Amino acid sequence: MRIELEKRPQVSKLYAFVSPLLALALTLIAGAIMFAILGKDPIEALDAFFIEPLLEVWSLHELAIKAAPLILIAVGLSVCYRSNNWNIGAEGQFTVGAITGSILPIVFTEWHSPMVLPLMLIMGAIGGALFAAIPALLKAHFNTNEILTSLMLVYIAQLFLDWLIRGRWRNPQGFNFPESVSFPPEATLPAIWEESGRAHWAFIFAIVAAVLVWFMMKYTLKGFEIVVLGQSERAGRFAGFSSKRMIWFGFLFSGALAGLAGISEVSGSIGHLQPAISPGYGFTAIIVAFLGRLNPLGIILSGLVLALTYLGGEAAQLSIGVSDKVTRVFQGLLLFFVLSCDTLIYYKIRIIWSRVRGGAA
Amino acid sequence: MSIFEAILLTVITASTPLVIAALGELVAERSGVLNLGVEGMMIMGAVAAFAGAQMSGSPYIGLICGIAAGALFSLLFGFLTLTLVANQVATGLALTILGLGVSGMLGESFVSVPGIRLSPIVFPFLSDIPVIGSVLFRQDLTFYLSIALLIGVSWFLFRSRAGLKLRAIGDNHASAHALGINVIRTRYLAVIFGGACAGLAGAQLSLVYTPQWVENMSSGRGWITLALVVFASWRPLRVFAGGYLFGAVTILQLHAQAFGIGIPAQFLSMLPYAATIVVLVIISHNRRTTLINTPASLGKAFVPER
Repeated sequence: MRIELEKRPQVSKLYAFVSPLLALALTLIAGAIMFAILGKDPIEALDAFFIEPLLEVWSLHELAIKAAPLILIAVGLSVCYRSNNWNIGAEGQFTVGAITGSILPIVFTEWHSPMVLPLMLIMGAIGGALFAAIPALLKAHFNTNEILTSLMLVYIAQLFLDWLIRGRWRNPQGFNFPESVSFPPEATLPAIWEESGRAHWAFIFAIVAAVLVWFMMKYTLKGFEIVVLGQSERAGRFAGFSSKRMIWFGFLFSGALAGLAGISEVSGSIGHLQPAISPGYGFTAIIVAFLGRLNPLGIILSGLVLALTYLGGEAAQLSIGVSDKVTRVFQGLLLFFVLSCDTLIYYKIRIIWSRVRGGAA
Repeated sequence: MSIFEAILLTVITASTPLVIAALGELVAERSGVLNLGVEGMMIMGAVAAFAGAQMSGSPYIGLICGIAAGALFSLLFGFLTLTLVANQVATGLALTILGLGVSGMLGESFVSVPGIRLSPIVFPFLSDIPVIGSVLFRQDLTFYLSIALLIGVSWFLFRSRAGLKLRAIGDNHASAHALGINVIRTRYLAVIFGGACAGLAGAQLSLVYTPQWVENMSSGRGWITLALVVFASWRPLRVFAGGYLFGAVTILQLHAQAFGIGIPAQFLSMLPYAATIVVLVIISHNRRTTLINTPASLGKAFVPER
């Protein structure tokens, strides 16, 4: 048995739409098999994982809280990836954004003003962008592989945060816990709808960012420039676009959104700075970007799906006693199936059963 | 044993997994496949080796389990990128994410279980030579394997017909295909070899380096491996030297932490990662030499014309 690919004359619009859904279905099937192997009732497990978190108001709020950083980061990454720049260090930019955004409430504790929160958000975005500027600079001027440099910087950012929280920024009244002081109310991102639950403004930021980027990609010259340079650097040069400037744009933009996600998470969800502020949002956002087909509106949906895997993991751990590590497995499987189903968009797949066939070898 | 010998021994233990995994990735990349999933294959190797050793009681069975797990996992990557021509960068990331998840799940019951250490193989007579003997001839099997791999990979790539074909595919897959070389099959074999090596490197982590299971215990070594291959401009001997350079940095910062030289531990822990960035910049800033050394088809999908 062999599998042969035949290039489609045109990109299949049908499969461009169907492939993410197909990938989701395959992930669920693989998940059911996995639960069966673990000795759980697959239907009950999938219900606990993917349905039950959607049935209660408080868990819908949690869904929005978890989806917000995923969507914010993934929207930035989608621009970067479209331009063929591979920033995979969003986790680090998220961390640095959280740190720079927290300078005001942690260091300048005496300053109380309605300006604190907006300034925090801006500083977070700037911090993330500056941290992303490192791989951009190295790629644009030293030709250094951005995948490896941006990833190495994740470890450096996390260690730096660890040092801050265990040293200088540790709360003196915190009984030696590695935590900063709690943020005062004026430094806390408010809830969207206080009476209903704790989902905060980060989710609004995420939706606004997605819509704005969607508009930019579809209707502006910048969007066209991103796509052209991403598909063919040579063609882009003929059109007068600079690939160097695009490296900077892609990294600074995705870094700023990751930084904004970082400070929003710390200010809105956690309320203080601590060594572990992210369950791998920066990496999961890569899956979100691909599942959303690098389309900002698709990313809103895929961000909600991946947020559900986090919630489902926590819920399934409590209700049916599977490890919350299952979340990561689901996320990995999902990315695998998304990537394999995407083949259908560009190729027809033929399975050839007979062993003998002339020509191809 | 002098302090010097002790440090040398730990440097070897820290460098061996980097060398093994990087030699495997080197072969895959020479065939034109960029597998960014080394971290995932390595951690799968580590958990499988630990599990195999626990269940059988023999660290050697563990070693075999680690190699098999890495190879099997790489097959998944091969199927996606070679048969279904999926994006190699994204698939490699998927492999890493999945590997960290699956290993975390499988390894949950092994957390804080005492591990089984792969014991050194002592060569009679040779091991009695001062310094050299204790450093080179009292090592565990993985060290000898790393040396054998270095010699084997160098010979294969530059002295054998099959190696020549593999390099031809990596440099121009369309021409190689036109010459009648089976591009896809060769790349599958190269990817599986890379996976087996990453699995062996992972096994070394959980059976020799720190004989226990800790979640995410590969802690970025797979990524450092990828940097090593670039750093070595795709040459086996330079991979070996680079591996030892990074091993030495890792160990020296650990010793510096232990001695307490006034620099916070976190900054010392950053050193291997920072060193990777610095080295990458130095190596790649000259666009021309990079272009000459990089396999020209690296990371590009190949669909045979029919």
